[in-house]
Order: sequence, then C-alpha cells, then structure tokens
Amino acid sequence: MNLNQLTIKEAKEGLKNKKFSSVEITKACLERIKNIEPKLNAFVTVTEREALESAKKADDLTSQGEVLEAKPLLGIPISIKDNFCTIGILTTASSKVLENFIPPYDATVVEKLKNAGAIILGKTNMDAWAHGSSTETSDFGSTKNPWNLKRLPGGSSGGAAASVASDEALLGIGSETAGSIRQPASWCGTVGLKPTYGRVSRYGVIAMASSLDSPGPITKIVEDSALLLNILAGHDQKDATTSPKKIENYTKNLDKNIKGLRIGISDDYFKGVDEDVVLKVHEALKLFGKEGAIIKNIKLFDPSSSIAVYTILQRAEVSSNLARYDGIRYGNGREYFGEEAKRRIMLGTYALSAGYYDAYYKKAQQVRTLIVKDFNEAFENVDVIIAPTSPSTALPVGSSKDNPMFGELADILVEPSSIAGLPGINITCGFSRDNLPIGMQVIGPQFAESLILNVAYKYEQQKPFYRQRANL
Amino acid sequence: MNYKPVIGLEVHVELKTKSKMFCGCSADYFGQKPNTHTCPVCLGLPGALPVPNKKAIDWCVMIGLALNCKIANFSKFDRKNYFYPDLAKGYQISQYDQPFCQKGSIELSSGKKIGITRVHMEEDTAKLTHQNQDSLIDFNRSGVPLVEIVTEPEFENAKEVVEYLKKLQQIVRYLGVSNADMEEGNMRLEPNISLRKEGETGLPKYKVEVKNINSFRFVEKAIEFEIKRQTEILDTGELPIQETRGWNETKNKTVSQRVKEEANDYRYFPEPDIPPVILSDSQIEKLKSQMPETPNAKSERFKKEFNLTDYDAEILTREKLMADYFEEAVIVGKKHNLNPKQIANEIINRKTNINDVLPAELIKKIVSAKQTISISDEALEKIINKVIAANTKAVEDYKKGKTNVVMFLIGQVMREAKQKLDTTVIKNILISKLK
Repeated sequence: MNLNQLTIKEAKEGLKNKKFSSVEITKACLERIKNIEPKLNAFVTVTEREALESAKKADDLTSQGEVLEAKPLLGIPISIKDNFCTIGILTTASSKVLENFIPPYDATVVEKLKNAGAIILGKTNMDAWAHGSSTETSDFGSTKNPWNLKRLPGGSSGGAAASVASDEALLGIGSETAGSIRQPASWCGTVGLKPTYGRVSRYGVIAMASSLDSPGPITKIVEDSALLLNILAGHDQKDATTSPKKIENYTKNLDKNIKGLRIGISDDYFKGVDEDVVLKVHEALKLFGKEGAIIKNIKLFDPSSSIAVYTILQRAEVSSNLARYDGIRYGNGREYFGEEAKRRIMLGTYALSAGYYDAYYKKAQQVRTLIVKDFNEAFENVDVIIAPTSPSTALPVGSSKDNPMFGELADILVEPSSIAGLPGINITCGFSRDNLPIGMQVIGPQFAESLILNVAYKYEQQKPFYRQRANL
Repeated sequence: MNYKPVIGLEVHVELKTKSKMFCGCSADYFGQKPNTHTCPVCLGLPGALPVPNKKAIDWCVMIGLALNCKIANFSKFDRKNYFYPDLAKGYQISQYDQPFCQKGSIELSSGKKIGITRVHMEEDTAKLTHQNQDSLIDFNRSGVPLVEIVTEPEFENAKEVVEYLKKLQQIVRYLGVSNADMEEGNMRLEPNISLRKEGETGLPKYKVEVKNINSFRFVEKAIEFEIKRQTEILDTGELPIQETRGWNETKNKTVSQRVKEEANDYRYFPEPDIPPVILSDSQIEKLKSQMPETPNAKSERFKKEFNLTDYDAEILTREKLMADYFEEAVIVGKKHNLNPKQIANEIINRKTNINDVLPAELIKKIVSAKQTISISDEALEKIINKVIAANTKAVEDYKKGKTNVVMFLIGQVMREAKQKLDTTVIKNILISKLK
C-alpha cells in the first residue's frame, strides 16, 4: 500500500509510531498528483515546495516530541478547495476574474487546519464561484471522475472529492451551499460532511450564497470526518453567523449502539431516482433494520418545491456577492465572468428588483420558513432521515452543457436540508452495474452532527466500501 | 404667487467609536496616511465578513432615545446594492424597513415640533480624490459607523432648519457619541426642498435634494437659493425638475448634479452575513439609564433647580462642558453662601473662560469681589467724580485715545477710597463717565 492511500487515522498512527515520516507521505501524494493530474485535473494550484517545507517542519516537531494531541493533523497532507482564502497562495474560486488574486489573509478554516499541523498540497478545482454540480463551469477546465475519466466528479467541490478518491490527498476541504460537498462525495465514493449552517466559520470563504454556505470535510472514512469536525467546528468572532453553541467531541460517540434509532424515509426522495441507487439505499436500510433501527415512512415536502426556493434565494445573494468584482480591484473585469455566473447575476438582480421582490425573494423566504418547519415536525417522530444523495451516479462529461438547471436537478435531494440549514453526511452504500459509487445521505436535526456521524460510522463498519479503490 | 416651502432633512452623523462599524480597524481616519486603517473586511476582500460593532448600535439607539424615538425590539441590517468606486463590496450595509429607531421629534424654540421619521445605522464609504486623470481611493473611511437621521418634510424655512441642526449637533455632542465637527465631515447635511401654493396641504409633485453640505451657513444659503430658484420656475407655470443638486461655495448657488428619472433601485434585501438584532425592553431601559441628560432636560432642570431665566439656562447648557462647569461652581458656591444666580451672572456677564479658571477659583473671585464692594454706589460715584476733576490731563489723554490711562485713574480711585474695590465696577463707571 502506498502512503498516499492512507486514511488520516492510519497516517496518524504511522507517524506516531515512526513507521514513516510526513515528508514521505507528502512526497507520495505529490508523486501521485504528478502522475494523474494530466488526466484528472483536480487541482488549480499545487504548492509542492511549500508542502515539502511544511512536512519537514512537521517531522522536526515530531522528533522533538511534539504532542500529537495538540496538533491532531500534524504532518497530514490535505487539499483545500480554491474558494478558501490562503495567505500567499493563489485563490481563484476557479474563475478567471480572480486568476491573479493572492489573498493577504487566511480563512478561519485554513488557519485552524494550519494550527492543527496540516500540510497544504494545493488548491482544488471547482465550479467557478461554486456555481454548479459538475466542475464544468470552472474556467480552468473540468475535473474528471477518478472512477471513470469519462464521467463528472460532481460539484462544486468536485476537485476536492476527486483528490481524495484518487489518493492525491488524505483529506479535501470543501464547501457546500446545497449539495456541493455531499453530491461530489457521492459521485466520487467518499465521505462528505455538510455541517449545520453556522457550525463552521465562513470567514475567508469566497461567498456563494451567504445564508447557506457551509464549509466541511471530504474524507475517505467517517472517523476522519469526525476528527476534522473537532478541528473545524466552533464559534468564530469573525463570522457573526457562527453559533455560540458548545461544540462536542465528535469522535466520542461514533460507535454508539443504534438499536431503537428511528430512521425516517420519504417516498418523494426516491422518485425519479436511478434503479441502482434505489436498490442500494434500500439494501442499506435493511441492514440498519437488522442492527435494530426502526425504519419509518414519513411525509416531507416534495423536494422539487425546494428547487424554486433555492434558485431564487441563491441567485439573489449571488448577484450581490459578486458585485465587488467590478474590475476596479482584482485585475480582471466583469467580462471575465463565465456564462453561468452571468446568468445567476441576471436572475438574482431581477428577483431583487423593485416590484419583483415580494413575488420572488420574499415569497421564497416564506417558503423557506415552511421547509424548516416541515423538517422540525419530521424530527419529532424520527431521529435521522436517510435518502439517496443524488438521483444518479456520476453523469458523463458534458452533461451540464446547455442545461442551466443541471445543478439544481443533480442536487434536488440535498437542497431541502440545505435550505433548512441541517447537517448531512454522504457515505458510499454500493456500486452501480457500471462500477460507479452510489451514495446515501444521513440528515439530522440542527447541530446533530454527532448523531449522523454515529449512524454513518455504524454502517461503514458493516460495509467498508471505502476499501475499494478507483483504478486509474 | 405665494408659495410655502416644504423642507425635509437627512443628516449623516459619524460616530466616534474606537473601531469601525464591521471590523476592528481604527475609525479615526481624519488626517491619517491613506489606506493605513484597513483590513480584509473594510476593503471588501473576497470571503471577508462584517461583524457589527455593539457600541455603535448602542450609540445609535441612544441618539434615537434622545430624539424621543420608538426603539425597535427586532431590527436588522440590509444590503443597499449600487455601484460606485468608493464602495468596496458593491453594496452598503444599511438598514431598510426595520431601523433601530422610528417616530421621534425635536422641539424648536417656537414650540413647533419637527417629526423624526427614522434613525438608522450604516457604514461610511471610502473617500475618492480626483487628481488629473486619476481617481484615488482611500479606504480609511470605509466602514466608519454612520447614523442617518431623517426628518419629516415639516420645516418651512431655512431658520428652522438651522435651529434644528444646532439642536441635533448639541444632542450628539452631549451624548458624547460624535464630535459632530462639520469641517472634519462628521456631520453631513442633505436638505430636500420643494414649494407648494399657499393653502395647499399635499406634498408637491417634485423634490429637489441638495447633497453633502458641510456647514450650517451653506444649508441656509442653499435653501434660500432654492426657494428663490423654484419660485421663479413655478411663476412661469413650469414644475421644477426632480433632481439632486450640489452647493457651489464659490458661485454661491446650487448646481444640478443628477436628474432622477425614476427612483433608484437599490435592490435592498436582508444582510445574510449579520443575524437580526434583538433588543429587549430591559436592554433599552438600561441604555436609557446610561444616557447623559439631554440639553433640553438640563435646561429645564437649571431653570427649576437654580431659578435661572430661560436666557441664562440656554446659554449655560449650550455646551456640556459649560453646564458641568456651572454645576461644579454651584456646589462650591453653596459653601460660601453664593446663590446659583450670582454664579450664572458672573459666568455669563464676565464671559468667564472655563478653560483657564477652575470653578473653585471663580468662586473665590466672586467672594473677594463681594467683600471689596463695601462702599455704596453713591459714595463710589462721588469719589470717581472727584478723581476725574483732579486729573484733567489724564482725562484729556484718554479722550485722545490713550485708553490705558484708565488703569491710572482706577488706582487714584482706590487710593481716594482707601480700600480695595472691584476694579471692573470702577472701570465700567469711569468709562461711561469719560465718554
């Protein structure tokens, strides 16, 4: 087994027992990146020199007996989505508008990762400004799916998911507005955690839709995801929307017994979903039943109603968030915006305009409140909700072209919970006939990250699909 | 034709908080090297987020309370979207439909009340300087807290506007929340003026706004100029155009800046980066209890407590420093059996420099002056007449313009009286007789 194929858990153990050094793991990752990037295109920027320097420093600290508890990611090579500001490292959000932007500051998430000792390998590709679910709107070329290079990795954190699935990095930091972590995690066969809105700081994350954006980790296994949440979660003085609610020890309850756990399923979340996907999610549910969980049918709003709400709110916020790229400060002007960004700016501007505000934006906010209520009521009868993450497995390259609603359709099953600010986790529950990963999501009430991690972990213990590797 | 002016006012007051509205940068930008008080937040860098300044919100509420406003229990910030190079984010964080304070008033000396529509919180923009072909942007001012105070269109002339402005300036200075210094741009004034026919009650069909005036005198001139200009247009049967004008100091007139075809569409929507602000009644009460006395209340109290005239009370409360000085002197004076009225007279008539003379020193002065005048007015006048008659040379010199011989004559009076007298009293009598 190559060092780049390790999980974080395994790498930490090996580093602790001096089986290998951080420089060795980092070199293995960089080697992998060098070999497969021409085919995969998961990275916008690779910071080889800085990564090796940091790895050396990490090894020095380890040899000096640095306590690993204080730096839980010491020496672990990771990738970061290119919409997180990184001091001194190009940060483009995969848009040509920012092709020369080098931030003078670190996002809070990046600061936390650095403090934890992580080694940054580079910045991963995404849909430009996180607008999309395919990475095909990236101005620096689409990323490919490691399981099948003719397929899409999903998006917008497609580069992050592909970098983890292809063993280029042990962890990929992503961000989700509605689906951007869970959907690519699903298509690439990785674990993707979208925390509760406000649980992880947005400071320094180039805004897509501010009332929805949630940074989170994409990992190989659930335990790594929990470990990351321990590092990333918490109130941030620089983000007024982060919750002051105390964080938990998210690794503590992973193995808790799920006997008696009430799992809700809603028929509408299986409508129009690929046969293979439905089959595998049902198989997983059967397994939960055997473990003593109770499967309950519940009625949730048809997820298609969320598309309209999400589209309006997100476009409106996008139109305002992108206004600062007016050509005065960042080198490139507005003519560098791609098709998708322009479409969103136009639609959002329209929805906020005088005379339309009440019919669109205000109405959407009202329906949003109803969706929140709908979930709250559901969680009175069940502990978690399980559904397919995406209606399909990875779609062919080119699928998003000429389809402005591609993202919304690919993310239909994750949009409702995103609108409600709920946490959700994707975990692989099998493979399709053409050997593409299938993902299911576990959704919990606000701040129930411990619980959904516990449910996902229990499943992973029974079905360790992560052991299957993409062949490329 | 006779017209009645309909005037409303928007005033922006810059708060003197230590840090800016949404970041930790120093808000003290005046005269600083450009772009030295900046950070990712006030530069509007990608990913940076605003965190509201609690002190600024408290101060905005205090201004509202001082203006007799209703304070909202639920309030929020909104984004006002528009493009301008001095606006780093492409939108200004302001308040739209749920401001902190609404429905207040200020009473003018005539007893007329001017309605305050709203008092809300927003952020200042960067500062543009145009130099030859270049426009330079200084972000030191970007994000400095601004409070906007909007009145109902209830002023009828420039005098009322100026009185209102002076009162408002006095209030924010009393509260200690702004220097309200016109020259440093702490207070910016935007009157809107239109005219209606005498006897009409509805609002005119047009409105002319005059932007960013930085002195009370210019506001007065601009309003008077506009009334004249609009009267002339109306007299020809035309309607003045709805527009924004600016005051040109050198030409002494307003000039057209921007014609508003229709209302600007700022596409306001709730600022998603800042949760709504909830103020409980007890929090509002607490702020109220922390507020210094308003000038009006102080003036009323002075009249009642110290038995002062309207005139004295008004002068002594014009500035908080003066009022505090007076009150301190009253306390010291009590020990010397001086009544507040005597102290007020001394301060007002003698134009006491409160920066030079400590209250205790002032009292000493009054007491010693009182002790010296143990001579009757008639006796003193007799002595003065005697001295004038005996010093014809000095009197002549005085009449030729050598006014400092007065000091010599005072000395002569003292010698004649064989005691220490209040020189000011002697001087006043002497001068009146020498005229």
